[in-house]
Amino acid sequence: MSQFTLNLLVIGASFALYIGIAIWARAGSTAEFYAANRGISPVMNGMATAADWMSAASFISMAGLIAFTGYDNSTYLMGWTGGYVLLALLLAPYLRKFGKFTVPEFIGDRFYSRTARIIGVICLLIVSITYVIGQMTGVGVTFSRYLEVSNSTGLWIGAALVFCYAVLGGMKGITYTQVAQYIVLITAYTIPAIFISLQLTGNFLPQLGLFGTHDATGVAFLTKLNQVVTDLGFREYTAHHNSTLDMVLFTLALMIGTAGLPHVIIRFFTVPKVSDARKSAGWALVFIALLYTVAPAVGSMARFNLTATMWPGAQAGDTFSEPAVSLEAIETAPELAWMRNWQTTGLLAWEDKNGDGRIQYYNDANPDSPAAAIATERNLAGNELTTVNNDIMVLANPEIANLPGWVIAVVAAGGLAAALSTAAGLLLAISGAVSHDLIKGTLRPDISEKGELMAARISMAVSILVATILGLNPPGFAAQTVALAFGLAASSIFPVLMMGIFSKRVTREGAIAGMVSGMAVTILYIFAYKGWFFIPETNMLPDTPDAWLFGISPASFGTVGALINFVVAYVVSQATQRPPAHVQELVESIRVPRGAGDAVAH
Amino acid sequence: MSDRQSSNAYWQANLRIIYICLAIWALVSYGFAIILRPLISMIPVGGTDLGFWFAQQGSILVFIVLIFWYAARMNKLDAEYGVDE
Repeated sequence: MSQFTLNLLVIGASFALYIGIAIWARAGSTAEFYAANRGISPVMNGMATAADWMSAASFISMAGLIAFTGYDNSTYLMGWTGGYVLLALLLAPYLRKFGKFTVPEFIGDRFYSRTARIIGVICLLIVSITYVIGQMTGVGVTFSRYLEVSNSTGLWIGAALVFCYAVLGGMKGITYTQVAQYIVLITAYTIPAIFISLQLTGNFLPQLGLFGTHDATGVAFLTKLNQVVTDLGFREYTAHHNSTLDMVLFTLALMIGTAGLPHVIIRFFTVPKVSDARKSAGWALVFIALLYTVAPAVGSMARFNLTATMWPGAQAGDTFSEPAVSLEAIETAPELAWMRNWQTTGLLAWEDKNGDGRIQYYNDANPDSPAAAIATERNLAGNELTTVNNDIMVLANPEIANLPGWVIAVVAAGGLAAALSTAAGLLLAISGAVSHDLIKGTLRPDISEKGELMAARISMAVSILVATILGLNPPGFAAQTVALAFGLAASSIFPVLMMGIFSKRVTREGAIAGMVSGMAVTILYIFAYKGWFFIPETNMLPDTPDAWLFGISPASFGTVGALINFVVAYVVSQATQRPPAHVQELVESIRVPRGAGDAVAH
Repeated sequence: MSDRQSSNAYWQANLRIIYICLAIWALVSYGFAIILRPLISMIPVGGTDLGFWFAQQGSILVFIVLIFWYAARMNKLDAEYGVDE
């Protein structure tokens, strides 16, 4: 059976499963559409949250981000998991007790202000729409790579699938498909990781293999990797190179950004009780950790394998003990077919610059490395592996390690599951904000339950259409979504939710001033270095560590924005009148778990 | 008023548990994995040092334990103050 047929079969089977679930889990009321009738068990919700949270970026890109930077990018691992501690301790149980459907609804009630609610909607829309563009492009790329269709055809197929279960089932349909998608994606991630760990270190668990011994040489794997990459003139893998302050602030921005992402928060509205919301955050992190503790192993091992492919000597002994891989092998050898496959996608490229019939891969910008000495001795004309995309580390992993064809097909289905599940969660947050906060809350408060359910379905359909069109013509800033989405969630949404729960003194005026100033400062800082609306050449300051304020990178600035939000809200609240008595009682009531069940009926 | 006082005591107890959890949360991630890494670098872990292990594995595992510990501790507290569901 050809690889293409295999891919088609496995992806087709996974889609049939999602559609079957969609038909089974239709929503009949707004409570089902927005919150799955608050009947999801904590473990099940944990699994759905994990799929909701782990996007195409986590599945496809994260291992590569770590692989080519090493220790410094551990920030992603800690930042994207540590946020769940904040969610469990500071937000999820109280927002579940509040017992409504959307994040802006809490902001509007707690700060007794329609203006605050609408600002909340605006923050939510900016964060979720930037985020969903990345997911839709991820769907298109995965489709076109594995099913040999064009990017846009792939995108429309993905959109039609999300339409099926999101419009029909709302939160209920999305929850059960996300559970299925989690199982697909974690299987797809783990199988190649176990194989590759066994091959290199003899360890069945990649988490142990990372700190195990490299079988072929008997040296610790990370020591061996450090030696090979520094031989080639790259930075030592396990060492700390970047600014400590920036690393701390970036990790914190990712953590509070994670806790402030609306599509993650609303998942905790689906469990029956407050105590379930706490427990469910723990389960979510267990399921996320199954991928996040494996990712650093996948990254480092795939990088080692790639390097050893280019320099066969690295596998058993010294990096330069054998000549670099020959151009002939790359172009004809069956075990290097993956290089030719990935060359056609543009994610991998090489060029025999000095015409010696071999492709030498090294860091030609470093004049003091062993590779530089070899380059002079052998008359090399610079690095000849000209493009190595980060995403290769996961996508080509099964092929690099020579795994059977069905593993490749499962990885393709896993990549699609990761992108589709996150897209659906984001679309639900967007359509809920439109139908519940804008239409029901502001424009047509007298709308019937049936009318609102219809409005929710229509806004879901429109959101899918908008996201697909944006995915087809991604604006230039698609690649910058991490900085923008996390920066904004961290600087606007998280602080206002936390203050709403932990302080009775923060007033309407304080919250509005805090949200607006936190968000504005963060956006300005990002645009000043990255260009207005990310249009190249419009940046006012050079995007280099020397030019950054105190060396704080634009991606880390969400932490500073959050701090500004807290300070401004506090100061303005002190200068304005105390919140009314009914709001203080609301805060009292969300602080105790008893009575959360009543909210189900509302 | 006694109701109000007991719910205040419940909230204070909750805050204390949150402070403890957040202190550990910050210690393992910002502490051991980043700022304090040089101080614990003499403890070797498979080809590298303890700080690297905390950065790529340990802190995530501690986060999981923290959340479940908090959930269990709060269930007990809820029952003590009679505010459980």
